Amino acid sequence: MKSTASFFSKIAYLKAKIKGDEIFRLVSAFFALTTLLIVVLMVYELTRGSWLSLQKFGLGFITGTTWDPVFTLNFGALPLILGTLTTSAIALAISVPISIGIGLLLSEYISKRLEFFVSFIVELLAAIPSVVYGLWGIFILIPFLRNNVYPLIQTVLGFLPLFSGPIYGGGVLTAGIVLSIMIIPIISSVSREVFSAVPLSQREAIISLGATKWETCKIVMSYAKSGVIGAITLGLGRAIGETMAVTMLIGNKFKVLPSSLFDAWYTMAAIIANEFTEATSDIYVSALINVGLTLFLISLMVNVIARLIVWRTLRLVKGVSRG
Amino acid sequence: MMDNYRIRKIKDRLMRILLWSSLIIAMIPLFSILLDVFINGARAINIDFFLLPTPTVGEKGGIANAIQGTLITLGLASIIGVPIGIMSGIFLSEYHDSKLSQPVRFINDVLSGFPSIVVGIFGYVLIVSVIGFSVIAAAFSLAIIMIPIVTRTTEESLRMVPVAIREAALALGIRRWKTIIFIVLKGGRKGIVTGVLLALARIAGESAPVLVTMGYWRWWFSGLNRPASNLALNIYLFAISPFENWRTLAWGSALFLILMILGISILIRVLTRGKYE
Repeated sequence: MKSTASFFSKIAYLKAKIKGDEIFRLVSAFFALTTLLIVVLMVYELTRGSWLSLQKFGLGFITGTTWDPVFTLNFGALPLILGTLTTSAIALAISVPISIGIGLLLSEYISKRLEFFVSFIVELLAAIPSVVYGLWGIFILIPFLRNNVYPLIQTVLGFLPLFSGPIYGGGVLTAGIVLSIMIIPIISSVSREVFSAVPLSQREAIISLGATKWETCKIVMSYAKSGVIGAITLGLGRAIGETMAVTMLIGNKFKVLPSSLFDAWYTMAAIIANEFTEATSDIYVSALINVGLTLFLISLMVNVIARLIVWRTLRLVKGVSRG
Repeated sequence: MMDNYRIRKIKDRLMRILLWSSLIIAMIPLFSILLDVFINGARAINIDFFLLPTPTVGEKGGIANAIQGTLITLGLASIIGVPIGIMSGIFLSEYHDSKLSQPVRFINDVLSGFPSIVVGIFGYVLIVSVIGFSVIAAAFSLAIIMIPIVTRTTEESLRMVPVAIREAALALGIRRWKTIIFIVLKGGRKGIVTGVLLALARIAGESAPVLVTMGYWRWWFSGLNRPASNLALNIYLFAISPFENWRTLAWGSALFLILMILGISILIRVLTRGKYE
């Protein structure tokens, strides 16, 4: 009699125990799902916010080349998309070789102790707020580029339309240069990670054949190629969304194409930051949110592709080393 | 044969120099920024700088209201973001065999790469369009930026807690949820604190989402449903203004912000040191 009672109480106890565990698991799963929920809600809310603009312009918004918030209330985002892509391309062109160099240095050349110091420096570069890059750009970099660098570029390469025309200081090239500094940390740290994931046996094999350090590096790079592409794509994603520094340096002029790389222009992120708080009519606000939606979709695409590439490479490389 | 070897040797040395110079090139802007911020910022700093609110043109003033507003906004953002981040970090680490964990981890990675201005606009449509420009809207947007950072570091630090400790606790008959909260979380405490600090350092410097959710506010904090002043956003507004005293304040604010972020990252280094040695 007594033993059955204790048996049943034990069952009740186990039930309660399992219940507590189950509740905790569900609660933590719920919180984990909030990220998913946030992304879904973001798509919905951004679409809702740009509904006016979507109704009026439709897909023509992406191909339109006018931006008239005063008279006709016609909005098109093509020049903004081009501006974003151009500044990002300049940023990549400058930062990719530097970042891959740093990545190689960190994974192949530097001792553990020095690595701590160098990675701290790279992290610092990432920790500086965008707006401080902008401040530094306005007061230090722009005067320096305007007085020393741009005239030099123009005398050498001025025959190209890209480098002719008046020099203001701020403009497409300046924004691209500052962006390139800002994306060095992400590209170099991710490429370091994929370089380090290359199995040691690959290096040992080529070294035993008498290869120099650089030749070993070349093997490492070719092994980690797709991972590096992923790292670059991540950098592109970062450059596309960068806002404050670009707003402060690009000149903020809506035009279909700038006359040269020294000219002022706009990007998607810059126009939102610059005009959002001053937007007066509903359709104007809606058009700006529509720009935000476009930016969201482009960066979603870039980020998903980048993450997939990096994930796959890391898994592939690690899998091979185990086999 | 010898010649070929020599060429390869020279090439090797040349590439070594090139690789090191890539590091030096990256360090030049870093040191230039730090140096200029320190020199120009030091000029702005005095007692008034810490005690007075934003001045009008040509008057004496400081960043006291911005410090106050920033602390309140960051605090509210942490209240929203940190629990969500820690709980989803727990889920990813303790229930990693769940079907959900891989997609959640992926979305988390993707979310961390989103442009912060887009997150700001999300906050605008969701909250500002209902209750207006406010601390709540800004804190909400900043919390979304915090979540992926806290989640990832929580997951990583909990995974470092040895499985044997969990097994020992379960073998003693301690329930799983109690094991997680009182034993596993305690083991990963340092890592979680690091993650929260990392997230704070990141959102302290965010100005784009603050601009579209809170706008510009020159005065003291006056309620969560109204805007508050913000350090990072002030740097932008002061830098593009034509007024000399505002520009000086921009450098001062930049110095204060960078010292704050630097302090946090040194703290993180100290906290994580034991882990890697």
